[in-house]
Amino acid sequence: MSITLSEAESRRVVTRYGVPVSPFVTGTSTDEVIEAVAADPTVEYPVVAKLCGRAIAHKTERGLVRLRLADAAALRSACDDLLAAARPDDGDVEVLVSTMVDGNRELIAGLNDDPQFGLTIMLGVGGILAEAIRDVVFRVVPITDIDAGEMIDDLATQRLLEEFRGEPALDRQSLIDALVGLAAVGEQEADIVSIDLNPLILVDGKPIAVDALLELNQEADQ
Amino acid sequence: MSHDLSALFDPKGIIITGVSNHPGKFGFVTLHNLLVSGYEGNIFPVGREPSEALGRPVLGSIDEVPEGEADMVFICTPQAVNEDLLRAAAAKGVKAAFFAAAGYREAGPDGVEAERRLVALADELGIAVAGPNGQGVVSTPSKMCAQIVAPYAPAGRIAVASQSGNFVSSFLNLAHHTGVGISRAVAAGNAAVLGIADYVEWFADDPETSVCLVYMESVDNGREMFERLKAVAERKPVVVVKGGASDAGARAAASHTGALASDDAVFDGMCRQAGLIRARDVEEAFEAAATLATQPLPAGERVVVVTTVGGWGVAAVDAMSGTRLVATPLPADLHAAIDEKLPPRWSKNNPIDMAGGETRDTVPEIMELAASHPEVDSVLFLGLGIQSNTAAMMRDGEFYPDHGLERIVGFHERQDARYAEAAAEISERTGTPVLLATELANARPDNPGPAGARSAGRMCHSSAGRAIRSLDLMTRYAQWRRARGL
Repeated sequence: MSITLSEAESRRVVTRYGVPVSPFVTGTSTDEVIEAVAADPTVEYPVVAKLCGRAIAHKTERGLVRLRLADAAALRSACDDLLAAARPDDGDVEVLVSTMVDGNRELIAGLNDDPQFGLTIMLGVGGILAEAIRDVVFRVVPITDIDAGEMIDDLATQRLLEEFRGEPALDRQSLIDALVGLAAVGEQEADIVSIDLNPLILVDGKPIAVDALLELNQEADQ
Repeated sequence: MSHDLSALFDPKGIIITGVSNHPGKFGFVTLHNLLVSGYEGNIFPVGREPSEALGRPVLGSIDEVPEGEADMVFICTPQAVNEDLLRAAAAKGVKAAFFAAAGYREAGPDGVEAERRLVALADELGIAVAGPNGQGVVSTPSKMCAQIVAPYAPAGRIAVASQSGNFVSSFLNLAHHTGVGISRAVAAGNAAVLGIADYVEWFADDPETSVCLVYMESVDNGREMFERLKAVAERKPVVVVKGGASDAGARAAASHTGALASDDAVFDGMCRQAGLIRARDVEEAFEAAATLATQPLPAGERVVVVTTVGGWGVAAVDAMSGTRLVATPLPADLHAAIDEKLPPRWSKNNPIDMAGGETRDTVPEIMELAASHPEVDSVLFLGLGIQSNTAAMMRDGEFYPDHGLERIVGFHERQDARYAEAAAEISERTGTPVLLATELANARPDNPGPAGARSAGRMCHSSAGRAIRSLDLMTRYAQWRRARGL
């Protein structure tokens, strides 16, 4: 059996390895959240607020994600709503606020403990549509910069990585660094079953994860 | 762990167990195949009682084999007696065994136990055990066809290790068909002791082998296999075709990544990372291996296609879509040099369509110009055999040899043989691969074009698309090497 960390916990882990995630803060009350945002200049309005906790697997389906909050007043009202929506069986919850990141192109990246090859790393096209598109490539962890570059080259949808609708081409080294960082999470953190960075949005050609989900072997938490 | 398999592939003498004079039995067939393939070492057929088979004395016991005269035993006897036979063979100096015998893991719980004992015994005796439940081993440097089935194979530089015996036969048949030969071939059978990685590691050190060709179905201990095959791929190309690759079903998984991790996607990524050249099917695998075994590695992805007429060139360029290959625009100096050789109606771009403007020497000259140009990484010639095909109809018709037909038929046939020879010679001299493709390789294999390719030791592909596929696989492997400074 495995457990999944909350989005906030997952983000904190992958950030330590240089995986780029959208700037974020957290708090367990509305006041704490508002103060945290005010204190952190990297979190800029408009923001997104999400209620997260280990037991909350499907934030979007439960309406626990509030997008494009333009200012502190909107954020305050969203925080009140989200905290009120928590159910007793959600356990410990917190509100995560992050800069609203916009980009037309979404990727997905992740780790998975494979029964044959051990820990593997994936890169794919499509973000939330990835399972329908199925343009994904895998490698065995650890990977080198060369391996990461070849993962990018092996995607079928190369056109998406070129200049696209006024957005610049993929900054290749940024994605290589993100993949090598993600692989390093798998090498150095114990008991990883899987990680999803989904979606990984291209902003000015650079990948930024706006959601992260880390699944651990349950024994690790006891 | 690396095994010394020299006694398996180059034995100085072979004991065959289970030999009778019944030509339907495996022991007899193996003896027959060894004799017919021209094996020059000692052969000691052993049966239940002394007799004779194929004019050879059959010994009643391994005890009668002179000590030190045989270093390999080929086991065709029932499972229950084989442990005693292996001990007796070890006492005579045997270092390797091929177990064609069945009745092991594939045969239920008793067989599983017998296989476990076999593994322990192999370890105790220090014998390299291949099989059990395998069809045999082929080694052309030793003129050895130690197999319970056909065929043998022409000599060459491809080494085969297969988890399916049938596909060993398929690869050997394709070697016969194309003329691109085999160094070693082994069916892993149940792979109780020796597995695919053990064979391929030995091939990496084998001076007779330049390309490894692997068929696999199951992947046990994938991480270890990845590390070992990667180390081999750094030294020699390893072509892999995997059966059971159609598992599109994702596993039940909490994560999107897990849901997307089909066996095939993960295996494919492992191959790319390890530098393994993954083919889609057995024919493609053999053709890639045959191309790698007989052509230099391309320095890049720029291809020039040379044709005598239009359509084939179009098909070749179409086949490049979705590959790493590029039909490179003709460099200006190459364009100018070709202008000197061809009448003005030639295509003036890539594919180089000679539009029937070639004279006696044009085809080799254009191939040479393209292959020796520094901005061209490989050349594909389409149109081999077309003159001889015209000649064949003349030769078979009622007007031959009169009306000047004999002379022109001879000219056409000499030309095609010359083109095939020139392609081989030019690629060797320039270090640029020069591939050939024509459906005549299948439809009329005796046509002097494809026949000439065979006698030059080269693969003649049966279509432009298949040649492009081999070239793409070869180019990817070259890119993998180059990226790692190999």
